[in-house]
Amino acid sequence: MKVLNEPSARLQSPGPLQRFSQSWKSAALTLAIGLVLLFCLPRVLDDFTLVQATIYVVMSILAVSLGFIWGYGGILCFGQSAFFGLGAYTYAIAVTNLGDSTVPFVLAIVVPAVFAAALGYIIFYGRLSDVYMGVITLTVTLILFNLINSTAGPEWKIGVAPLGGFNGIPNIAPLNMPGNVDDVIGPRGLFELSLGMLLLVYLLLRALLAVKLGRVIVASKENEQRVLLLGYDARAYKLFTFVLGAAIAGLAGCLYANWGAFTSPTIFGLAQSAQIIIWVIVGGLGTLVGPIVGCVAIQWLTSQIGTQQVINSNLVLGAILVIFVLLVPKGIVPGCGSVGAAMAARMRRRPVVADQHKLHKPSDEIEANTLAIDSHRETSQ
Amino acid sequence: MTPLLETRNLNVRFGGVHATRDVNFSLAEAELRCVIGPNGAGKSTFFKLLTGQVKPTSGHILFRGQDISGMRPHHPGRLGIGIKTQVPSLFNGLSVWENVWLAARRINTPRQAERVTRATLERVGMLAYREATVGLLAHGQRQWVELAVVIAADPPLILLDEPAAGMSDAEVARTAELIRDINRQHALVVVEHDMSFIRMIAKKVTVLHQGAIIKEDTPDRVMSDPLIQQIYLGKKPQ
Amino acid sequence: MDLAAVILIQVLYAIASLVVISSGLAVIFGMMKVINLAHGEFMMLGAYATIEAIRVGINLWIAIFVVAPLAVGVIGIVLERIFIRHLYGRMVDTMLATWGLSLLLIGVVTSIAGNTTAGVSAPLGNFTIGAYSVSAYTLVIIAVGVVLALALRWVLLHTSLGLIARGTTQNPKMADALGINPGVVYSVTFAVGAALSGLAGGLLAPLTGVVPTMGGAFIAKAFITVIAGGPAILVGLISASALFGTINQIATFVTTPVLGEVALLVAAIIMLRLLPQGITGRFFKRSL
Repeated sequence: MKVLNEPSARLQSPGPLQRFSQSWKSAALTLAIGLVLLFCLPRVLDDFTLVQATIYVVMSILAVSLGFIWGYGGILCFGQSAFFGLGAYTYAIAVTNLGDSTVPFVLAIVVPAVFAAALGYIIFYGRLSDVYMGVITLTVTLILFNLINSTAGPEWKIGVAPLGGFNGIPNIAPLNMPGNVDDVIGPRGLFELSLGMLLLVYLLLRALLAVKLGRVIVASKENEQRVLLLGYDARAYKLFTFVLGAAIAGLAGCLYANWGAFTSPTIFGLAQSAQIIIWVIVGGLGTLVGPIVGCVAIQWLTSQIGTQQVINSNLVLGAILVIFVLLVPKGIVPGCGSVGAAMAARMRRRPVVADQHKLHKPSDEIEANTLAIDSHRETSQ
Repeated sequence: MTPLLETRNLNVRFGGVHATRDVNFSLAEAELRCVIGPNGAGKSTFFKLLTGQVKPTSGHILFRGQDISGMRPHHPGRLGIGIKTQVPSLFNGLSVWENVWLAARRINTPRQAERVTRATLERVGMLAYREATVGLLAHGQRQWVELAVVIAADPPLILLDEPAAGMSDAEVARTAELIRDINRQHALVVVEHDMSFIRMIAKKVTVLHQGAIIKEDTPDRVMSDPLIQQIYLGKKPQ
Repeated sequence: MDLAAVILIQVLYAIASLVVISSGLAVIFGMMKVINLAHGEFMMLGAYATIEAIRVGINLWIAIFVVAPLAVGVIGIVLERIFIRHLYGRMVDTMLATWGLSLLLIGVVTSIAGNTTAGVSAPLGNFTIGAYSVSAYTLVIIAVGVVLALALRWVLLHTSLGLIARGTTQNPKMADALGINPGVVYSVTFAVGAALSGLAGGLLAPLTGVVPTMGGAFIAKAFITVIAGGPAILVGLISASALFGTINQIATFVTTPVLGEVALLVAAIIMLRLLPQGITGRFFKRSL
């Protein structure tokens, strides 16, 4: 249920950007842009630059996973990195044991999902509130960090794959064509696969949000009580959302393990968790493209800062998070939408909320009674 | 004939308060009953017992003969009980259409849901507002949207808690008309304290006092009962 | 017999550690429902303040018990006035903003002090119980834990500040009507909480390596102890610390320190599932 003191977001009639982002047109546009990038970039960029680009794409998939469960499902998971890490580690361990990468690829998606199902059951069927969700997910990712970090000795292995402890797992075998272990994916192939997966995930989520399942998920975030009164088991829908987000994060983890051929326990750490949240906040909640924008922006910023020694990256990231929470709570993409709408309105010299007035039928004798019973609502919750 | 809704020896205690006392309540199919009583009579508690928000200390609640005491929050909706709480509970950030569609879609195919949503909105007179964001509507309009949401899935029983609260006289009359119309095919339990509104809709009224039912009769007979007058108005019985 | 004594000391030490580490967060969360994720960094600042004070010649005990709390208390007031006060009532936003603050503080300290580990050695040496050697500093921590709990109780019950704080946080509007400025109360409460975190950091400086990132190890434990404790500040703090401290130590004895940590975290999850309102949400309700 919603936390008591959380003020309801200031309601506005859906602006042009919001209506666009919810229509099939934005999906088509995004898909088109994505396909163009998919076909052109590998032809234009050299392998080295493609590798740089790939990590942006992989992290974008991770960002979208949190952006979906948080922005649409209202689930603020402080430990999305747990599923990311589980995906990477599962792939690494499975591919070392099995050789062919097809099953490991699938496992990297399934294992985090199963884990999320168990964890989600505890959280959602235990009627725990938002704050506790944050505590528990944070705790879980730390548990994983602690556990994996301590497995440095040679006795710690699953099958033939040593867990490596704080050293991590190096030399992770890359994905191969299913059935042919020698036909391994190269930088160009990994880029194409990653971007392809990003587009696939995007389309899948857009489709989901257009049908009953997605609408109920969004409605649950809006007003869980009414969803329950309508006869929907909100817990099941939240669990589904959580598990789907974990599966997508696991996919990103698998691709990440391929990208660096390496994974280590820091993937479960607080720093990684914080980063994902920062991407989504900066990019904006409520769209799927927002988190991608936030991720690319922050990743780029971080890499720029990393090349110089003057300013510490933690400092900048922390400052960005604080500034965005305080001043730009909606994030870049929705924020741009508001600014754009305001500017457009000023140019047209008409009030922004013009549409609403058209709907008041003058023939009705009923006065608009604007005495909303908001205070009543607050005291009764 | 099995009553549609029935409570047997229903009791609820909170700490030292005996909020509901031995309530035996019975409602037939397509019957409309108003539940009234002064402040503190236990109307809200009784309503919450029926919706499952409050669990009884003892006694049973039966819907079509099936014991539904202690159900999970999403069961009443699933069983065919439509609920409108005292504080309006809608998806304020979504459109009027979407609110009703979500209600209709649970038991209808997508195409049927479109039809049912349109018909229901037309019935409550809010079809023109279908694209409006619910949270921005006037209070009375939101109440009607909520009525639409409640009836969209065609529930045999509808529970309404103060459906006319905060409305102007014209809006109250319109709401009464809507409820009478809904009553043609659905049973309703309406918790209210506006007597003029009750007269517009009810044939039978249940009066609660200190958690127990003290009278069940037509609105006129209830209002002319001296004991009821004393309880409400402090008049001494003649 | 000796082993039993040693185990008892270690368990008490684990409980006292949790009390000391979590007290600052407990005061801030319990009083103001603010989840200060920069709590670990407040501890880190306390540790650095202690180290610096010792470096310029201040006595170790004064550095720990005076300099650290004072320094971090002041920093706390400044941060509260600038950032935190805009976010009261928005629990999730405060979590995010204080997470940002924690990164910011790490960044600032790293820029100033660098990444290398500083430290002081634990004072007072060891004493022996039978065949076992126990650090005397352990007893200091236990003593501080007890004193802290008693001090908190005294402030809450017997001072006007404690009464005002309890009243304000339960009903800010009422406090307004009484002529008390809730803003001032919140500032002072936040400062007290920050000071307590600073003290914890100072106390831990002789036990752990002092690095800018040291806070991370404590925030999770403090966080879950406070949340599991429930709404009553003091009783919640003590009961949750007792529960988790005991589980942690026993698990450590039976297995390894790492699994001891994991046991604590798992216990927290189970506990929250069983008692979603925390311990004092179900038991000892309406206690301090």
